[in-house]
Amino acid sequence: MGLLSESEYDAPLPRMGFFTDTSVCIGCKACEVACKEWNHVPEDGLDFTGMSYDNTQGLGADSWRHVAFIENRTGATPVDLGMPQVGAPDAADGADGSGVRPDLPPGGDLIDGEGKLQWLMASDVCKHCTHAACLDVCPTGSLFRTEFGTVVVQEDICNGCGYCIPACPYGVIDQRKDDGRAWKCTLCYDRLGVGMEPACAKACPTDSIQFGPLDELRERAQARVEQLHEKGVDVARLYGHDPDDGVGGDGAFFLLLDEPETYGLPPDPVVTTRDLPVMWRQAGLAALALAAGVVAAAFGRKS
Amino acid sequence: MGTSFGRGGATTFQQDLQNADCIVIEGSNMAECHPVGFQWVMEAKARGATIIHVDPRFTRTSALADLHVPIRAGSDIAFLGGLINHVLANDAYFKEYVVAYTNAATILTEDYVDAEDNDGVFSGFDPEDRSYDFHTWQYEGMEVQAASGQRDQQYEDRVGASDGGKSGVRKAGRGEAHGSGGAAISGEIEHDDTLQHPRCVFQVLKRHYARYTPEMVEEVCGIPQDLFRQVADALVTNSGRDRTSAFCYAVGWTQHTVGVQYIRAAAILQSLLGNIGRPGGGILALRGHASIQGSTDIPTLYNLLPGYLPMPHAHEHEDLDAYIEADSTEKGYWAESRSYMVSLLKAWWGGAATAENDFCFDYLPRLTGSASTYDTVLAQLSGETNGYFIIGENPAVGSANAKLQRLGMAKLDWLVVRDFSLIESATWWKDGPEIETGELRTEDIGTEVFFLPAAAHTEKDGSFTNTQRLLQFHHQAVEPEGDARSDLWFAFHLGRRIREKLAASTDPRDRPILDLTWDYPTKGRHAEPEAEAVVAEINGWDAHGDPLSSYEQLNDDGSTACGCWIYCGVYSDGVNQAARRKPAGEQSWVAPEWGWAWPANRRLLYNRASADPDGKPWSERKAYVWWDEEKALWTGHDIADFAADKSPHYRPPVGATGAEALTGIDPFVMQADGKAWLFVPSGLTDGPLPTHYEPQESPFRNPLYRQQRNPARELHPHENNRLQPSGDEPGAEVFPYPLTTYRLTEHHTAGGMTRWVPYLAELQPEFFCEVSPELASERGLEHGGWATIVTARNVIEARVMVTERLTPLRVGGRTVHQVGLPYHWGPNGYSRGDAANELTSVALDPNVHIQEVKALACDIRPGRRPRGADRAALVRDYQRRAGIDDETGTEV
Repeated sequence: MGLLSESEYDAPLPRMGFFTDTSVCIGCKACEVACKEWNHVPEDGLDFTGMSYDNTQGLGADSWRHVAFIENRTGATPVDLGMPQVGAPDAADGADGSGVRPDLPPGGDLIDGEGKLQWLMASDVCKHCTHAACLDVCPTGSLFRTEFGTVVVQEDICNGCGYCIPACPYGVIDQRKDDGRAWKCTLCYDRLGVGMEPACAKACPTDSIQFGPLDELRERAQARVEQLHEKGVDVARLYGHDPDDGVGGDGAFFLLLDEPETYGLPPDPVVTTRDLPVMWRQAGLAALALAAGVVAAAFGRKS
Repeated sequence: MGTSFGRGGATTFQQDLQNADCIVIEGSNMAECHPVGFQWVMEAKARGATIIHVDPRFTRTSALADLHVPIRAGSDIAFLGGLINHVLANDAYFKEYVVAYTNAATILTEDYVDAEDNDGVFSGFDPEDRSYDFHTWQYEGMEVQAASGQRDQQYEDRVGASDGGKSGVRKAGRGEAHGSGGAAISGEIEHDDTLQHPRCVFQVLKRHYARYTPEMVEEVCGIPQDLFRQVADALVTNSGRDRTSAFCYAVGWTQHTVGVQYIRAAAILQSLLGNIGRPGGGILALRGHASIQGSTDIPTLYNLLPGYLPMPHAHEHEDLDAYIEADSTEKGYWAESRSYMVSLLKAWWGGAATAENDFCFDYLPRLTGSASTYDTVLAQLSGETNGYFIIGENPAVGSANAKLQRLGMAKLDWLVVRDFSLIESATWWKDGPEIETGELRTEDIGTEVFFLPAAAHTEKDGSFTNTQRLLQFHHQAVEPEGDARSDLWFAFHLGRRIREKLAASTDPRDRPILDLTWDYPTKGRHAEPEAEAVVAEINGWDAHGDPLSSYEQLNDDGSTACGCWIYCGVYSDGVNQAARRKPAGEQSWVAPEWGWAWPANRRLLYNRASADPDGKPWSERKAYVWWDEEKALWTGHDIADFAADKSPHYRPPVGATGAEALTGIDPFVMQADGKAWLFVPSGLTDGPLPTHYEPQESPFRNPLYRQQRNPARELHPHENNRLQPSGDEPGAEVFPYPLTTYRLTEHHTAGGMTRWVPYLAELQPEFFCEVSPELASERGLEHGGWATIVTARNVIEARVMVTERLTPLRVGGRTVHQVGLPYHWGPNGYSRGDAANELTSVALDPNVHIQEVKALACDIRPGRRPRGADRAALVRDYQRRAGIDDETGTEV
């Protein structure tokens, strides 16, 4: 089921999106700043979080790009879902009393080994889902699918009902506290309209954020992941690239170097409105059955 | 770099990193501090290069590197010396390159005594005034003048004059004279191309580094031997005919009491490996600000004139001839320095400068001693300096011993601060730390402070000269708001008003100002001077007023004017070449039509060395420029850094001078002998070869020599600049932790451009310290809580970031924990915190007067620091416990 076949366009434009290759992200946060500059997104509070170098904490109404910083060791098992987290590692004195970590050499081998310290950085963003629940539940039509296949909130139409917030399987879209309306990445709809790339992709110095037609990006991503596998980086994997996943594939997908949970991403996202038709059908059947019962009760007694 | 290769700039350009087979980043956190340039490191990595990061901390650079090598802050010469020893001991050097292009074969005088044979001190040292007499470091049978560095060292020898100290001229460091070199040489060089002569540079080098073994590296730096070997193998494997390796460094190397020698060590290593002047090789000096390279090319430094011409010293009877005699050379391009100087004087004083009046040479001020930033602060404290301009700098936060800076400013008559915001250097008199502690009272401060708002780069025309000597012009986008004005506007109109006030003066002392050419056209409602007119003057013109296109056109008879000889050509054909922005896709990877690079738009310096002595590329893979026998010209991907038509087989006739005297196999055209200097016979104040000394303050003894610290380091004892005991001296245990300071991507230097910007402040909102889990546990530091950090100068507080990215090291048989402090914060602005530079001391490199803020020693404890008078009391208590007095740490 092609997304744009659902749209009203006779000659659809290619669907545009992001491929974020986290293996070359240097955590400079230029994407966060460029996004805010271009879209006039307000400052999001001066909180020293202690979560490594991540003081943005997550995507929200006032942060449409978010660079996660994860300090861990290769081969570490992610414990649970939740925010990208580092916090204070447990203080562990060397067993020999020297204070030097006994089993973990400083630095590491040229080839990634188990237990090597790594600092993962990844710029997260709205996924612009193929099956976008936020759009499904929006009662005003504020959220709409653009000619580029992206999902955008129209700030002059949004009435702040907030239905879209729990609908998002990634927890991306958010209400701004002071005005109640929903805000998120527009994939720089205004820039796309005049042939420019989104501000974050433009600012990214290492091309970690790549913008383009989704088909091309998927091919490029596949080639990149194969290249990394050839180099022995077996942990490299794509996330959100698969049109057959629970959201029909993301318009913004990623190359990750660890489990999605490590980055605070749901491992198997499902469009929250997936079951709505079935539910409605069942509700309808139930209603019919109830009605039949009522009818039976009303007329049956007569007979 | 200047003393090693002839020019004080990066030898390569950032785009060329993509050609490297191995990149060692050391003394730099490139991904965080040069994120845009780092794309070329990533490009190299994608092409299969090995990326190595040597740093006390695991940073964003380490995260992207193949290998991170944690090192004890302040021990890099031991590490680099270990690599040099590895290369020499294993015959892993590039023999043909070394023999042809370096001074390895040159024989030294018998008088030279190496530090290895004298417990860490070279011959010629005078402990009385902590300085070296370099005469014993000379080549056999001749005298060599340095391309750069301490060129005035030989003034008396060369001019034959001695003022016997009558003029009261104090020793003035000239180390920033590191730009475009060229050196004097008299006599013929004695050399042994077999490299076997016991006094040849190669053998001296071998002996000097023989004890820098992997075991010693581990002992000094805390780098395990297998990790060291991985680096050595990667470098050796990726250097030679067919492969090249590059080094990148920044202020992590320069900001030490022995900082120049850190870079020298890399220069030796890269020369031995044959990596200079070749694609994918070189040493990339990453400069700290957008135009720091520009501010040394056309200097804001007290001891230099534009184009690295030295500022005249107040020697007796010095005139233009004596100045040229002292500073020019017989061989190389500095032989033309009279042309450069006369053209500069013509640019400044125009028609008033004539052959009869020495082209107004007497109008130039004369140095009577060091006027470096820290000398100036001391002069403020002693009442010698009364006025101060602070432009685009925030010394109350960004300079070493920030308190000393503020106390100096409190002694001034007047202070002018030009900045975007009310930075700490503008408000210390009403709300600085000393007001809070009661050490200063506003009503007692006599300094009149003027704050003038500055225009941002988007609000004015102008150019940046970046790390790779590349000039890029930018155009104004919007008018500055309110009273904000550009620096150019300020300088021009200040000069204009002073000239108006002096217009009627007949006093000869006012002539230098009244005779200046000060007639730049202005535009707009603020009468903004035309920046392009300044570029045109810097480029220079001939007698007809037509723009010059190359410094080779400059004359010494007053027929040409040029504001900066190395920039000559930036306005050739009357076109602002720095404003060229041809897209990358429309030109070669070298991108010669993007901006303009000095010298002569060359992107890769000394590129003659990319070809073998016969002029052929060392290999197809590493071809860059080569000799085209048919056309009898050098050709290739870049403009040859060599006389375009000088054959590789050229040998100069006897008695040749200037560039003519260099042979066809002398790629280092600014050097006296055309060679890369493994050994520096003159030009450095602290030794001809890099030697490991401990930082001014270190918890460790120097295991290599009895000499603990750089004997020639520059100290400024002062009651507010107390130094700590080191090594096994009593009291050293009071400050057991090495400390290093650094920057983060999210902020810029002392924060004036970023702490007031909400979008940046929110990304790193508070001052924090980074410590390992082990140190946190040893000292009871709580993640996210507060820590108090103390040195002999001051005490500060910071939020605690406990992270495995800091790792304990085994050094000298014991475990050492390092403390990391980003230095961006101060008490003003939107994002606030204590300044890390409250802790640092004024202890300087003797060549360039750079402060040692990358390695010192501290104590750290949990909780917040004391307030009010208790703050100073805590520091005094630490000083007492460590037994610190005015002598501590000042021993030779």
